[in-house]
Amino acid sequence: MIGTHAEGRIAVADAVIRLGQGAAAFDVVENINLTIPGRQFVCLLGPSGCGKSTLLGALAGHLSLSRGRVAVDEEEITGPDPERGIVFQQHTLFPWKSVLDNIAFGLKMKGVAKDRRLEEARTYLSLVGLDGFGDRYPGELSGGMQQRVEIARVLINQPRVLLMDEPFGALDAQTRLTMQELLLDVWTRLRTTVLFVTHDIDEALFLGDRVLVMSPRPGRILDDFPVSFDRPRQRNLVVNPTFAQMKRHCLDLLRPEANVHPLPRLTPLGLSAAKRSAFENH
Amino acid sequence: MSASALGTAAALIEPRTSQSRRAAAQAGERLPLRRVALRASAIGLTLIAWQLLAASKLDLGIVTFRNVPTPIEAAQAAWNLLHSPKLGAHLGASLARVVSGFLAALFAGVGLGLAIGRSRLATDLLLTPLEVLRPIPAVAWIPLAILMFPSSELSMAFITFTGALFPILLNTVHGVEGINPRLVAAARSLGAGRVAILREVILPGAAPSIITGAAIGMGTAWFCLVTAEMISGQYGIGYFTWESYTLQNYDDIVVGMLLIGLLGMGSSLVVRRLGRLATPWKGAGDKR
Repeated sequence: MIGTHAEGRIAVADAVIRLGQGAAAFDVVENINLTIPGRQFVCLLGPSGCGKSTLLGALAGHLSLSRGRVAVDEEEITGPDPERGIVFQQHTLFPWKSVLDNIAFGLKMKGVAKDRRLEEARTYLSLVGLDGFGDRYPGELSGGMQQRVEIARVLINQPRVLLMDEPFGALDAQTRLTMQELLLDVWTRLRTTVLFVTHDIDEALFLGDRVLVMSPRPGRILDDFPVSFDRPRQRNLVVNPTFAQMKRHCLDLLRPEANVHPLPRLTPLGLSAAKRSAFENH
Repeated sequence: MSASALGTAAALIEPRTSQSRRAAAQAGERLPLRRVALRASAIGLTLIAWQLLAASKLDLGIVTFRNVPTPIEAAQAAWNLLHSPKLGAHLGASLARVVSGFLAALFAGVGLGLAIGRSRLATDLLLTPLEVLRPIPAVAWIPLAILMFPSSELSMAFITFTGALFPILLNTVHGVEGINPRLVAAARSLGAGRVAILREVILPGAAPSIITGAAIGMGTAWFCLVTAEMISGQYGIGYFTWESYTLQNYDDIVVGMLLIGLLGMGSSLVVRRLGRLATPWKGAGDKR
């Protein structure tokens, strides 16, 4: 390629992901083909259990493809990497580390000296609007504040790609709106590629430059369309006729067929492995 | 014995959910006066019952109180021991054995527990032998312990070690298995390698469970003390208790027993206190 510098270009080719073992194995996503240019904000919209989180897990490097390939900036993905930050729905801050130490974790892993990494962490703490909360433990913060810390913790690594797995799905409606605005605000300053998984149509249309709609399992991409409203996005977008039209289109695509049962939610880590206890009788 | 010590003792035997433990610990710190009085009178009633049974030398056929000293006799024996120069030597010897056995068990238990909790290979290699060793009581180890260790001090420390090891090991495994796989995944995505994950995620994540295991292990180490000190030639509270029986100083038996009970309880409390200092995030509004 000519002039490729690290800009976060995602390429997925003929990707198939099978989960489960033996006779119980099933295709979660089949034949996904996808190219996302650097710095684009893409929302991946689909019904529960359609494999959108699984695809995200493969991009993060926590799951491997059964067939096909995924690459970021032409580099094949072989495992997790701080260049591809992932934000989960909830509860992945380290409860035993202060907020500041949580944010500084990535720099600690890179061997950055304590003073410097804490100073840097304070900058990111401020970026997500949490000045003064650095010394608290995550357990002392509300769900929305915890997600802010989560975002800061991933961004401090200056990832080329930011993967978000329904990051605001566990928040109340009001907090969710605030967080969407905060995310857009942060993104306009840092401009990393974002792949944002959600099942909320309004959220996808409000945030994205582009929306991908996935089918129920086995997940395929049903539609792929640009969302070109002006940025910064305004809340009153929801009354815009184009917005309403896009929403109706998505609703039609996502309308559940009468005889299909809703599927359980999958995670970016694959099937939740059956709990193995070494001492069974303990 | 103060009522608040009793309150925290009650907290020790509470079910191991963190919430009830915290609630009980708080209750132990400021219990309503009525309950303090109730607990104090429970001790009083126990003492009165003991006094009546022992003083009347009640003989029920299947159990007899003929040779059981009364609490007053025991208190006298305790007073005498308190003024004996030997008390320090007894206490020092027992503490050294329990603490060294416990510390060895702490390192071995946490090390093996982390390995078993994290690696399938370690589970396959270690689990079966450990499961066979686990039910062997401390007293059964005595002959082999004498044969295996050059000094009797070491064999005694080894026996307290066998007592403390399994509670610590089991709780460590339990703690490691309870860690949310998302935390590990998040750490990997933030650039953590194997060693960093162990140090930054697994160890602190399992810490509350390890501390519970250590507090129980500290108790079982004292539990094995009398067994261990059957080997001893001179000093130790367990030795003192056993010697009192052979010398027919029946009053001293009870004193020895109570001393072991109190020291065991006290050292478990110390372990829990230290544990709370080591896990400051617990109780900081954390519900996970």
